[in-house]
This record gives sequence, structure tokens and C-alpha cells, in this order.
Amino acid sequence: MGIQILNDKCTGCTICVKVCPFGAITMSNKKAVIDLDKCTLCGACVDSCKFHAIELKRESSRTPNLEQYKGVWVFGEQKKGKIQSVVFELLGKGRELADKRGVELSCVVLGHNIQGCAQELIHRGADNVYIVDAPELEHFVDEAYTKVLVNVIRKYRPEIFLCGATVLGRSLVSRVAVKLHTGLTADCTGLDIDPKEGYLMQTRPAFGGNIMATILSKNHRPQMSTVRHKVFKEAIEDKSRKGKVITETVDRTLLTSRTKILDIVEEVSATVNIAEADIIVSGGRGMRGPENFAILEELAKVLGGAVGSSRAAVDSGWMPYSHQVGQTGKTVCPKVYIACGISGQIQHLVGMQSSDTIIAINKDPDAPIFTVADFGIVGDLFEVVPLLTKKFKEALGR
Amino acid sequence: MKIVVCIKQVPDTTQVKIDPQTNTLVREGVQSIVNPFDVYAIEEAVRLKERFGGTVTVITMGPPQAENVLREAVTVGADDAVLVSDRAFAGSDTLATGYTLAMAIKKLGNVDMIICGKQASDGDTAQVGPGIATQLDLPQVTYVNKIEDIKDGHAVMHRMTEEGYEVVQTSMPCLITVVKEINEPRLPSLKGKMKAKSVQIKSMKAIDLDVEDNRLGLTGSPTWVSKIFTPPPRPKGEIFEGEASETTTKLVGVLKDHLKG
Repeated sequence: MGIQILNDKCTGCTICVKVCPFGAITMSNKKAVIDLDKCTLCGACVDSCKFHAIELKRESSRTPNLEQYKGVWVFGEQKKGKIQSVVFELLGKGRELADKRGVELSCVVLGHNIQGCAQELIHRGADNVYIVDAPELEHFVDEAYTKVLVNVIRKYRPEIFLCGATVLGRSLVSRVAVKLHTGLTADCTGLDIDPKEGYLMQTRPAFGGNIMATILSKNHRPQMSTVRHKVFKEAIEDKSRKGKVITETVDRTLLTSRTKILDIVEEVSATVNIAEADIIVSGGRGMRGPENFAILEELAKVLGGAVGSSRAAVDSGWMPYSHQVGQTGKTVCPKVYIACGISGQIQHLVGMQSSDTIIAINKDPDAPIFTVADFGIVGDLFEVVPLLTKKFKEALGR
Repeated sequence: MKIVVCIKQVPDTTQVKIDPQTNTLVREGVQSIVNPFDVYAIEEAVRLKERFGGTVTVITMGPPQAENVLREAVTVGADDAVLVSDRAFAGSDTLATGYTLAMAIKKLGNVDMIICGKQASDGDTAQVGPGIATQLDLPQVTYVNKIEDIKDGHAVMHRMTEEGYEVVQTSMPCLITVVKEINEPRLPSLKGKMKAKSVQIKSMKAIDLDVEDNRLGLTGSPTWVSKIFTPPPRPKGEIFEGEASETTTKLVGVLKDHLKG
């Protein structure tokens, strides 16, 4: 294991120096040299070298009987018996992956008194629905859910397992993947099948920057991914679809947990949930202070939308975290997204770039936000936004 | 009570700039900081020490320079610091990282609580905390925003959910991951700064841990980065420049119909 430059093949072209995301490669005597303290063995340079002069040796363990793993599975997260909408989005993508692989799509649901949701999942594309029903599973508890899910996955051996990147999903599959000793890729923004090898190609933003990485788990099964709400489109409901419902019974010992839920408190938030809003007016570092968000609220009010925020504004304490759009906040997909004073770092872009129409307002014409904008205004937002509010009010008769 | 806090050295992403020519990150001159979420984990551990007595040990896995974030944690109240660093750990994905940290924590012995930030700001996976808990066969409570009480071998805390929060009881020892809402981190004290200069950082290499070599680093990592690329640009949009009175009229003109439907 390790990485090395093959000096006889290195031509000194310096392409690898430019692609290294960690600045770990320098030139010395017209040959590339890797600083092993900075290198993370990510392999970006290996990929870029046209002369095959960089060698990265991997010797990885393998899931035994790997070829016996078949089928695409989706975790059917439910709360109080209601299937969460991210599941329908995963079934849409899962159906596509299963068809490309020529395998079945299945959904597994854990809970209590949940038989009623099976048909709905079949209508959304599942061929099989596996149900584990027990009073202990009524609410999510990390350990019992992990033990049951690991047990079912070991029994049926799916090749791909998808789960929503929700509070529940992230906590659950992180444990499940470790128990199964397999790879897990968080917050995928693209999923596809490698046409030659059949691997799941999992694409996500990497290194906190303007770079995407495609990640494979070649030697381990199942290949596990989480995907955030609103990244993929929901599967269309087809009430004529038929499928199988399989009720699994599990051993009582799998249902025990060392944690216990004493109470569940639902807070009704006064603010609109931005993940569901049709129109979002967002502010970033350019807002200069919390008091200035009032002008965004006025515009949002006229348009019938909600106010969002970039990470910079949340980190500065100008807006509560619940309004944050981006990789560490919420993924949104409104009809219109208006970014005011947001420069447009990739971590923000991945949270809003699937919006139908994107508007950017920024005084810097070179701000990256303009590269994703359908329409933009170069100008001072403190002048532009109040004018927009006034003119939309007139134009829309509000 | 013996508390261990797992922290990570990350690039200060608020400083990261994009090179407009190559469309890649400019890392020159970008400083490393303590992962912002871990700052709350350190603070909560110090508060628990103040409430219930005990010690706080910070641990990080990373290159030798990661020592700096450990010293930073000592300035705000951590007692001991452990650096888990070895070339054998390079290329670790979340599975290998969780395993390595779990084995290092095991070496520390008799830990009552492990505290992690909810996720790291560079990878954003939120997988390593639960990974450590699973490797050590500990119960976990993620997204904690309040610790109510710890007594008789149990802890009661609030866990944030999409709709509100859950009150969860867990047996000890346990692992928790915390969110920013849990506390307000303190500033370094003079005493802490003095201690940070003199504190002996304990170093752990692969040979010091009871590990299986094939579960470390790149070899122990099921996920491989197969391709890195910059996302394709969207088709160029229509950008209005000039007087605000004109640009806003143009924008309202093109958007009006979108908004009525």
C-alpha cells in the first residue's frame, strides 16, 4: 500500500501538481515529488497522469461471496406510520438503478402497525416490501433498528442500499455499515451504474470545495449511500402496480436497546419550513448584519415565499440554523430561488442548484453564484432588493 | 467521570477561494482550525467536568500538524491530549477512521462518555461518531442539544429531530454527538493558554494500538474515490448590469409570469 512517482515515466508535465486538492505535489529536478504528510491518497493525481507515472497500490479486503448480492433496496423511513417523502424520491432513483442492473427494487420498513404503507410503496415502484413490525420498533431507537436491519440485510444480501440523509437515517446507517463492514457514502447528489463493471457510482461534493468526487465501493456489499431530501424527484405513483409484501419476524433479542425514548416533543415552528417553500429569498455574508434581513423578509412576503440563508450568515449568528441552505443545512428545490449577497461556494450551490429558476443579486460580477444563475443583477443589494419589492408589488397587484 | 472528545483538524472553509482559471480550490495560505462543530463538543465536556467532576481528554487522528488543534482544546479546559498519527492511517475513509479512533480510545481505558461534534465541516458525513460507538459496542445518542442529568449510570438528554426533540435516556458508558445549540463555547483562559504550551501530547502510532493492519488506512477503507471533477457549468444566464432602476425593471419583467403561475 502506498503512493509513488515512477521517475522513469514522469515527464515533468506538472498536471498532477495542479489537480492535487491538497497541494501535496511539487516539482523537483523536473520530476513530481509527493509530500506524504499532505497526501491523503485520494487518487486524483493518478487519474490525471497521462503517462501512468503515479502508482497507487491498494490491497483491500473483500466481502465474501460478493457476486451473490443482488437487488436494490431502499430504507422506508416512517414516522407515526407515515412514509417520509425522501423514500419516494429514493424509490424513483432506485427504480432507475434496478432497471439498469436488471434486478428487483425492494423497500424495507421497520415500525409498529405499519402494514398499511406497503401498497403505497409498491405504487411508487417497489417490487417487494419487507415489513418488520414490533412494538419495540414503533419509534426509532438506534440499537434495535440497527440490529434488525443488519439481520435482514444479511439474510437477503442486496447489492445496493439507499437511505435518506435524515437525522434518523444518518444515525442508523452509519451503525449498520460498520456492522456489515461495508462502504457508506453520505449525501450523494448523483447515483448511477458503471456501464462496464456494474458498480454503483456515488457522486458527492468533496473536500469542502468546488470539486465533485465519484466514489465506488468495488469490493464490499451492499454499496450503501445516503441522499438528502429534495435531491431526486419523487417516483410517480402508479396504482396499477403489483408487488409482494413479505412480513419478517425477528428474534426478540434483536429488539433490545440501551437507550430509551422518554418523551417526544414536537415544536411547531412559526417560520415556514424552507425545504417545502416554493419561493426562497436567501441572504449571505453580503447582508452585513442580522438587522438587514428585514428587507429580504419584505420581498419574500410580497412573493409569498420564505427567507433562507447561507452558511456564512448562520455562522455569523445573523440567522438561525433552521434557515440554512447548503451541504450542512437544508437542500431546497423551489420554483424560484433568489440569492442576495451570496458568493456561491459549492457547499451552498449543492443545496439549491436544482431550483427551477435561480436569481443572483451581487455586487461582484465575478461571484461564482452567477455561474448557476438563470438571471442576475450586478449591483448593491441594499438598493436593488427594496426596488424589487416595490416593483413586484405593483406588477403582481399585491 | 472520564470524558473523551474526538476532534478533527479541518481547513478554514470561510477562507477557501476558487481559482477562476482551473476552477479548483486555492489552498495556499488556508489555515487549519478545529472543526467548528467540535468546539461545542469540547465545551460540553468541560461543562460536564465542572458539574460532575472528572477529566477531559481530547483525541485527534491526523497528520503531525494536527497537534495544534489539540493544544487549542487545552486552552479552553481539556486536561490531556492524544495524537493518533501514522502513515499507515493515510487514506482512511469513515470506516477505517472510526475503527482506528475506537482502538485508540480503548487503549485509554474506562471511558464513561465520548463526545463528538455532529459532523466535520470538510467531509460532512456525520459517520465517524456512530462508527466509533459501533466499533466499541456502545449506545449512542446523536444530535444532542441538551444534557439534562447524569446519575446512577444513566444519562438523560435531548436529541434534536426534524420536528422538535426527543428526551432520550441512555446507559453509560455511551457516545454522543452534539449540535451547535447545546452551549456557548468559552474563550481561552490565561491558565489554559499557559497549560497548552507545556502539556505533554501523548502520541499513538499503529504499533501502539491493538489493531488489525488490514483494517487501517487505504487498505481498510471500502470506499475509493474513483474520479474527481469540477461540476459542469449551467448554461449561461442573463445578467443585468447598470442602474438599479433599470436592472430591477428588467428582472421583474422576465420573472412576472413565473410568479403568477
